Amino acid sequence: MATPFYVAPEQFMKDRAEYARKGIARGRALVAAEYRDGVVFVSENPSRSLHKTSEIYDRIGFAAVGRYNEFESMRVAGIRLADVKGYQYAREDVTAKALANAYSQALGAIFMGGEAKPYEVELLIAEVGHEPDGEGAGLDLYHIIYDGSIVPHDHRFVVIGGETEPIEQSLQQQWTPGMDRDAAIRTCVDALRAAAGRPIESDDLEVSGLDITRQRRRFFRLRDEALRAAVER
Amino acid sequence: MTFRAEELLAGLPSPFDARSSSFFETLRRQAPDAVPPVFAGGPMAEELRGRLVDGTTVLAVRAADGVVIAGDRRATAGNLISRGDMRKIFPADDWSAVGISGTAGPAMELARIFATELEHYEKVEGDPLSLEGKSNKLAGLVRAHLPMAMQGLIVVPLFAGVDPRTGEGRIYEYDPVGGRYRATSHAATGSGSLAARATLKRLVTAGSDLRTAASVAVEALFDAAEEDSATGGPDLIRSIYPIVASIDAEGYRELTDEQVAAHVEDTVERRRNR
Repeated sequence: MATPFYVAPEQFMKDRAEYARKGIARGRALVAAEYRDGVVFVSENPSRSLHKTSEIYDRIGFAAVGRYNEFESMRVAGIRLADVKGYQYAREDVTAKALANAYSQALGAIFMGGEAKPYEVELLIAEVGHEPDGEGAGLDLYHIIYDGSIVPHDHRFVVIGGETEPIEQSLQQQWTPGMDRDAAIRTCVDALRAAAGRPIESDDLEVSGLDITRQRRRFFRLRDEALRAAVER
Repeated sequence: MTFRAEELLAGLPSPFDARSSSFFETLRRQAPDAVPPVFAGGPMAEELRGRLVDGTTVLAVRAADGVVIAGDRRATAGNLISRGDMRKIFPADDWSAVGISGTAGPAMELARIFATELEHYEKVEGDPLSLEGKSNKLAGLVRAHLPMAMQGLIVVPLFAGVDPRTGEGRIYEYDPVGGRYRATSHAATGSGSLAARATLKRLVTAGSDLRTAASVAVEALFDAAEEDSATGGPDLIRSIYPIVASIDAEGYRELTDEQVAAHVEDTVERRRNR
């Protein structure tokens, strides 16, 4: 009789975590930084049609790094959850917290062995407040990693994905509270450029975010002229 | 509360499912209780019929640089006036609007589900639908409502918008079974539409500006209110005016009460001196 194949639970988790981490580290990082009226997502992404960031609902944005097919299906699932909820109840009942919990549950379940391999993704769910109140945009950031944990952050910026440390260090020195949108974008771009050690053209950047001063749907995406104007001052 | 992985993954879209960017289909699968029920059985009882709220006249006019869509504010229940401040014009997205006539409950739900549908598609696909695509989707929703229309709960929308890619304004009319018809210059639906159409036919001129189109729309609603008991005229005592919205390359914009009041006064002035 063959001996049943045994792997200690600790080892099993460790192997899966290492697998997911390595997958994520191969990709490029994404920065989310708070500014006076909301949050900006900045990443290097030469593709003009395949995005890493997206609108989920009126005040909720989504950013992800890792395996595209995996986070894309999670993005669409998030939009579905939000739209079904907003339709059945009210638009203000759709919250980033509920969405972050759903993602956390789903990623956790997949990581614990529901699937042949864990998802190689890190997600960022951002939400701005309802109305501008003169004291910032009431930003909430939920950083959810491959095993379903929601990572707490003290700082008003978060770096997810590949080489995060040099970018974080650069932001720690440069980021200041109350910056306007374009200043925040330039700070993020500078951090990405410094960490990469090479220039990154504005056409190769994906820049989007949430702005509380916009009407109803707060998500925005900067393209072409508007993007160049914001990055190159 | 804990979930099994399969339950959580059930919400993830399958890639080759053509329905996966449709909100209506998602709702059908994820929350079937929220989808309007398909009734079965005989015709509706007269007592119930008389208590249903009906919305009436909505119309749209094409202009050189966009479209105007407008609706009166009266809702009736049987022979009673149920409301004098009902909204029948709803923005569907930034570049289009839907006007509703027929049974108010399902009609307003149709407008809401349609707006969610357009937004859902735009978010999932990353690009908005074409105007033609939007009008087709609305026809599908009216068709899905057919079983209820058979019970007498008829919903007839009017759809107007500007294609952001071409800047061209278009109007689409529907019938209760989802037939879709593109109107060349103007359209009206609801119980007062006969009178409104007569005015529109007389006053609409090709290539007019949005302001003129709005003025014609207000005048046509005025005539509809005079001829049709279910269409309300401007309520000068409570300052309740028709809802008039214009859509051009800049997007959907509703006229303020003052602007509509000015058009109403022009109409009254012209008729007083006639």
